[in-house]
Amino acid sequence: MNPVHYKKIRIIVSLLFFILALVVFLDITNTVQVSISPWLVYLQFIPSLLKFLSVPELAAAGFIIILLFTFLFGRVYCSSVCPLGTLQDIFSFIPKRLNKKKYYKKLKNYKILRYLILSATVVSFLTGNLILLDILDPFSNTGKILANIFRPLVLLLNNLIAFTFEKLNIYTFYPVDIKAFSLAMIAVSSLILITVGVMSFSKGRLFCNTICPVGTFLGIFSKFSLVQIAVNKNTCNSCNLCEKVCKSGCIDKKAKAIDFERCVDCYNCFSVCPSEGITFTKYFSNDKINKVKETDLKKRQFISKTFSYVLSLTGLSLAQVKVIPKKKSTVPVLKKNTVSPPGSLSLSNFTGQCTACHLCVSSCPAQVLQPALWEYGFTGILQPYMDYSASYCTFECVVCGDICPTGAILPTGAENKKLLQIGKTTFVKENCIVETEKTECGACAEHCPTKAVKMIPYKNLHLPEIKNEYCVGCGACEHACPTIPYKAIYVEGNPVHLVAKKPPTEKIKGEIDLKSDFPF
Amino acid sequence: MNRRDFFKKSLQAGLLAGTTLTFGNYKELLAFSKHLPPSPFDLAAIKGGEPDVMFDKAIASLGGMKAFVKKGQTVVVKPNIGWAVSPERGGNTNPLLINRIVKHCFEAGAKDVYVFDHTCDDWKRCYSNSGIERAAKDAGAKVVSGASEGYYQNISVGSGKVMKDAKVHELILECDVFINVPVLKSHGSAELTIGMKNLMGIVWDRRFWHRNDLHQCIADFASFRKPDLTIVDAYYVMKKNGPRGVSLEDVVTMKSQIIGKDIVAVDTAAARLFGADPKEIDYIKIAEEMKLGTTDLSKLSINRIIM
Repeated sequence: MNPVHYKKIRIIVSLLFFILALVVFLDITNTVQVSISPWLVYLQFIPSLLKFLSVPELAAAGFIIILLFTFLFGRVYCSSVCPLGTLQDIFSFIPKRLNKKKYYKKLKNYKILRYLILSATVVSFLTGNLILLDILDPFSNTGKILANIFRPLVLLLNNLIAFTFEKLNIYTFYPVDIKAFSLAMIAVSSLILITVGVMSFSKGRLFCNTICPVGTFLGIFSKFSLVQIAVNKNTCNSCNLCEKVCKSGCIDKKAKAIDFERCVDCYNCFSVCPSEGITFTKYFSNDKINKVKETDLKKRQFISKTFSYVLSLTGLSLAQVKVIPKKKSTVPVLKKNTVSPPGSLSLSNFTGQCTACHLCVSSCPAQVLQPALWEYGFTGILQPYMDYSASYCTFECVVCGDICPTGAILPTGAENKKLLQIGKTTFVKENCIVETEKTECGACAEHCPTKAVKMIPYKNLHLPEIKNEYCVGCGACEHACPTIPYKAIYVEGNPVHLVAKKPPTEKIKGEIDLKSDFPF
Repeated sequence: MNRRDFFKKSLQAGLLAGTTLTFGNYKELLAFSKHLPPSPFDLAAIKGGEPDVMFDKAIASLGGMKAFVKKGQTVVVKPNIGWAVSPERGGNTNPLLINRIVKHCFEAGAKDVYVFDHTCDDWKRCYSNSGIERAAKDAGAKVVSGASEGYYQNISVGSGKVMKDAKVHELILECDVFINVPVLKSHGSAELTIGMKNLMGIVWDRRFWHRNDLHQCIADFASFRKPDLTIVDAYYVMKKNGPRGVSLEDVVTMKSQIIGKDIVAVDTAAARLFGADPKEIDYIKIAEEMKLGTTDLSKLSINRIIM
């Protein structure tokens, strides 16, 4: 194949993955998400790796393919599969379009920074704390950007269209209300977008070779890739065009060498080289044209690992209990544990597996899954929780488990899910309308799918009675409860998810005589 | 008045003025050439058939759908689609019935028929699981979302004791004919949900009702816009664990239907059919005190049909 085509193929593949990401995260109708998301997430490195660690099966082995490719050809993941990579390419494309004279320059090799971030991420992961992956994993960051910034924009646009057509008496389009609006989430996602945007606008793939732990990790493999890109000193005519188009800034025109560890396999160099000066070389071949001076890596890694280990032991990571302080009005709700989604097995399993890509948040039809700020404590920042002020979990729905790419939420199956107890109900009689207003209410019992909450006679009225053995913790009661500011009924999360009893059913007695007279 | 209302009203006024000036006696011009004899019945009760067939017979005895829907009118058919459950669970109005009602509306000359409900569970799942979305669309109705606050407009409830105002779905405010199609079922807090309780599904903020004396609110709101026709689906009847129900075991197949204009009378008859005492249901009592209708069924002429 003509080397010029490498770049074209790379662009096509990367755009395919990027468009897939756009569709999966921005499908506001929730119709195609579950069916097409596997195409997007299978090869995403961190989600696949995490899922494989929790469910070691072929369906989660995408990261092995990536590792294999990296070992063979280098970091093809970074330029073809990673949606954040493509997003950066779009950003760096803009200045080149505006000003033809703009070109990339050779970048410094930030080796210490890069390995420091990687080791910190690895160590924090090994200690069960995913906070660094939550803010650094490129796929999850793309998710956050799309889910928290672009999705609301698409929703607003959709609603504008829906209400415009509605004025013409056309109801084909329908508006979608945003049930929970988090300025903090928009701020965090904007921060990520701006960081990535600014870095890539002028410096190409600087982010991938400094901050991104996946880039650094794959770099370790690509350094020893079997087939590497190199400068052929015999044919190179020193025109320097390759350096000017190198997004990673890893081509050294003076030394006529490529630091393949930092190369993202964009193949831009192939397409501009007029003299076949860019070539593939085999790592084990005799002319190791690419070999750069080895530094004392082990020493550095030791230092960085020690540093990050200390960091992760500061105790910040283990705060998982949320306490709402007592306030003066009626009885405040004191939730001890946040409710994690059905299929997440336990709080610690969930917070130790979730990379906060917000795919479940984007696909939850009820919008009950919302990104947490401090609800899970420090470790779970940005990870989704069951926000019963926004909505409640639909009894028959299993979308989050089906779509989660990391195995933080495992598929449950429709029937199992109906018995999965993610939390238990607590009733605060002093807050209840029936007690305070002396009128009927019963909103909680109405919504309960298992009748774990049932109205029983109480002073000529009816008061909720709770049978937690049947409770699944869906939050319907809490969401429906009309009391302000504190709820009279709420769900306390189960730190470890349990199985509820099947609600008792008893056939209504008495045959109906269809021929008898009406009782009026 | 929003812009659309303004256009609509101006257009109507213009047309009216135009026709009046041109033709003088416009009433005669617009009246039906064929006058239907008024139905001798106030209420029809039927049992023993399928929902659609029962409706055919029951509505015929009330003078047919033409007695309620005139040519060119817009109609809202408001079922109960509260829960994401299948029709046999009796949690939602029977889809066969909705399909047939919509067809009758079009046969009577309706311009547009809209179907919606402000559901409790996720609306799309409710619409599809209940079978109502498919059934209504098949009959040619426009199925509209009730899940966006943007659709709801502020109104005042003139004779409400507790509820003075509410936000009501715009389709209810704009339609010519409002057909209320509740399902009869047990209800944890209101005892029974029938016609009046079904109106809660055209309002945005339901928590207000629960906070401020549910029974009084149900009666208050019934005074806002009385449905032109209330059709109670009592084919699958949830006898306990309502309004959502837990399983099929909660349901009895009663194969019945009650149709009438007086929503209080219809609720009274349906309560009796259920086996409950209407006097024990507060909102029915309050509604009668507020003179929204009668609970004295002996004063009405009822067509009782057993198939």
